[in-house]
Amino acid sequence: MKKIRIGSGAGYAGDRLEPALDLMQNANLDYICFECLAERTIAMAQQEKMHQPDLGYNAMFTYRMERVLPLAMEKGVKVITNMGAANPEAALQKAYEIAQKQGIKKIKIAAVLGDQVLSLVQQTPDLKILESGAPLETLKEHIFSANAYLGVAPILAALEADADIIITGRVADPSLFLAPMIHAFGWDLTNYDLLGKGTLVGHLLECAGQLCGGYFADTQKKQVHKLEHLGFPYSEINAVGEGFVSKLEKSGGSVTTATCTEQLLYEIHDPAAYITPDCVADFSAVEFSPLANNKIAFSKATGNAPTPFYKVSVGYKNGFIGEGQISYAGADCLERAKWAAQLVQQRIQSLHPQLLPLDIDYIGWNSVTPNPKKTSAPPTEVRLRVAGKTNTRAEAQHIANEVEALYTNGPAGGGGASKKLEALVSIASVLLPKDQIDVQLIFKEINT
Amino acid sequence: MRLGEIAHARSGDKGNISNISLIVYDSKDYALVAAKVTPAVVKAWFAGQVKGEVIRYELPQLGALNFVLFEALKGGVTCATSLDKHGKTLSSILLEMEI
Repeated sequence: MKKIRIGSGAGYAGDRLEPALDLMQNANLDYICFECLAERTIAMAQQEKMHQPDLGYNAMFTYRMERVLPLAMEKGVKVITNMGAANPEAALQKAYEIAQKQGIKKIKIAAVLGDQVLSLVQQTPDLKILESGAPLETLKEHIFSANAYLGVAPILAALEADADIIITGRVADPSLFLAPMIHAFGWDLTNYDLLGKGTLVGHLLECAGQLCGGYFADTQKKQVHKLEHLGFPYSEINAVGEGFVSKLEKSGGSVTTATCTEQLLYEIHDPAAYITPDCVADFSAVEFSPLANNKIAFSKATGNAPTPFYKVSVGYKNGFIGEGQISYAGADCLERAKWAAQLVQQRIQSLHPQLLPLDIDYIGWNSVTPNPKKTSAPPTEVRLRVAGKTNTRAEAQHIANEVEALYTNGPAGGGGASKKLEALVSIASVLLPKDQIDVQLIFKEINT
Repeated sequence: MRLGEIAHARSGDKGNISNISLIVYDSKDYALVAAKVTPAVVKAWFAGQVKGEVIRYELPQLGALNFVLFEALKGGVTCATSLDKHGKTLSSILLEMEI
């Protein structure tokens, strides 16, 4: 029975490249997918494109492609990536220029367009924000981007046109991986059982190192081999959707039933209803079984028909965050940090009361732990963090400045103050009917 | 006993919703964990942090529970002013529970 191998080349926008090159060189891959778009990445890229129309694709795109393209052509590995972000067309041009410069004699590069649906969103009345239930109208003048999570269709069309490199904007993460399976095995797009099985593979691979012991390892019960050389995973899958996930033996990391189970449930709500543009995958009965060291078979995923909607991420400007930090040491450090926080709040109360309430954290005590144990020993050092959301940059600056001013105006021994201002880009999700969105493919080819 | 002695966990985020998987090391401990770590217990454990409901999904064949925590991330990664906007650290906090 026909089998293919798909590698995972990246788990986020700025991920390491060497593990991907290692897989391309040594894992006998047919395809490698680089998943590089978090929820907000594309909105930030859209802002970059507004200032520089020939940018707006992944910041590491050139670096990655200079190294990936020659290897892809030498080894016959097809590359699928959402690194096009807000500007797949410009990324296509860049990849073409790199291929020309490298003297590649034959290559076909495709870009998927059509996920950018800002005008459609603006023209559609009564859209509801999924997170809050509020009308999208309430954000109106702040909205600057909208990208639909496309499915496998445009990637499939590019594969059928024999593209070697496929660059997309927003595509659902598992769809990047599912498309080559459908293409290679000729799966029917209404065979939801198979699409569910393929979606499982995509979901397991999409966070790269997280399947191999990254975001997993601890110092006691979850020891991971050579974490400093963490490898990325690949999957071998056959025409009936059976297969295994693994990593290169020489790379660091561990692929075990435990790493697979953690990744299976990563960012999943109902395991029986994982909604993608291609199907509603059902992972509720999935089982893992070890075939060999670092080689885990998966089984019993299935799926159901997809919904008639695309999820759309709408980017909007949401004011600013101002933040300041300062550290205290010694026996009563927590008390001095609390006093310092009180001073900042009193100053803000008298000068800019509209900025209250502020987030107050004591790093080393309760900054990420909502309810520290009452029995915990007091810390011997603590870092005060004060943050607040504001309408204007100047207001955000006030918060940061008040923390810094503690140096010379606050409790004893405050050190290492830092300030941060952020123009906040937030995301609201809406649903658009699939039949309203047109997807296009463009190609560039060298054939000499 | 600390929950982390018999189970491991991973947290992830979608908007303002956090999910935390809880997976036993040894399948013989699944029944105990499933009996003790109920949605109500988890909601109480994250009092002040989780404003919405907590739903639990069960995957006994994997020794796993999946907790979905609504309104758990102060608006979520693209809105919150908190330090760990993704709630990546919540898995470790769950494992501190005494059962």
